[in-house]
Amino acid sequence: MSNAQIKISGLSKSFDGRRVLSNISQQINEGECLVITGPNGSGKTTLLRIMAGLLRPGEGSVQYFLEDSILEREKLKGNLSLVSADLALYDELTALENLHFLSRIQDCHFSEEELVQRLSEFGLTERGNDLVGSFSSGMKQRLKYFCALLKEPKFLLLDEPTANLDEEGVRLVDEIIRSQKRDGIVVLATNESSELDYGEKVLQLGL
Amino acid sequence: MEKKSSSLVYKGWCIFSKDLKSELRNRYALNALLMFAVTTLVAVSFAVGQFGLGENLLAALFWIVIFFSALSGLAQTFIKEEETKTASTLKLVASASSIYLGKLTFNIALLLALEVVIVPLFFLLSNVGGANLLLFFAVLILASLGLAAATTLIAAMVSKAAVKGALFAALSFPILLPLLVTAIQGTELSFKGEAFMSGFSELKVLLSYLVVMLVASLMLFDFVWSE
Repeated sequence: MSNAQIKISGLSKSFDGRRVLSNISQQINEGECLVITGPNGSGKTTLLRIMAGLLRPGEGSVQYFLEDSILEREKLKGNLSLVSADLALYDELTALENLHFLSRIQDCHFSEEELVQRLSEFGLTERGNDLVGSFSSGMKQRLKYFCALLKEPKFLLLDEPTANLDEEGVRLVDEIIRSQKRDGIVVLATNESSELDYGEKVLQLGL
Repeated sequence: MEKKSSSLVYKGWCIFSKDLKSELRNRYALNALLMFAVTTLVAVSFAVGQFGLGENLLAALFWIVIFFSALSGLAQTFIKEEETKTASTLKLVASASSIYLGKLTFNIALLLALEVVIVPLFFLLSNVGGANLLLFFAVLILASLGLAAATTLIAAMVSKAAVKGALFAALSFPILLPLLVTAIQGTELSFKGEAFMSGFSELKVLLSYLVVMLVASLMLFDFVWSE
């Protein structure tokens, strides 16, 4: 066990004077999944973006721990992935070019054969050399999962994880979440009632 | 999978290669840059060609073309990342320094591509005779590197703003003015055919500007890019 842990302490965030998140505190331990739920506009995506370091919190903090030591921002990048509609891949590059770029920049070195082989696990067989711009939204979502898992992150943040996915895609995400819970921590934001079951902890926003 | 830590320069190179590949496929910035530069240069040359302008005015015109073309094209590298929602992806996977290095290298390549077209065209249309080409190219290279270093940082600052064009111009003007004035003076000396050493003080200023801008950018980029 690597003792992965996330501590959210007194987190608040306002936009133009409107308070979106108010004094949120949570602790998530290795092997757990936190499900964030709530109506549209309740701050689910904002909370995930703060947790990913893409937004600064107004008050409070989010701390990540691995092997009992706190992870600084640059080290956290190697251990955290986010899958969200707000994060896009490069449409003008092929799937394999996206994968090569994202793996190299994150110090994960895969051979072309390894990437091609793993593409099939994500239901993208023989689409490696196609431009991502030509992909459907579901295929883009599958490729995002592949990209997010390239570095085998300890912390996986998912925003609306099954959006745009067909039945097979939903099964793939189910496998990913269960596998990630064995080796790390999952935080997911959703409005799907079926996805609440993943959570050892549920955070209801907008109450 | 093999996990090994790569250098900052390698990661910068990865970002540069990715941008170059994208640019060669969609010509997002290059077309804007080249069209602006060629149109301005040809229009100005036809309008003033008959008057036989002095070296000081020719040098100013040359840098006005380069400067405004740079303003129209070099900001695109960050604006495109914001508009296509890939900026957040990049933030999550790469350090700020490697992003700056990659984007700077890409902007230098764009500027050099522009100059490969503009410089011969300018000499062809403006009848500059007896120029000191060694001094001219020394000024051109140093000023271009300084221009790319400054505009890369400014582009990152304005990429999230609503009124990008106006803000980019407003921020660029005071920061780039010393560079522009010195580049014009150095180019004027080269057009007059002065000896290389007579432009040495201009070259020193351009080199100092480049070093200051690079150091300041590497220090500030993390703050600019973080949120």
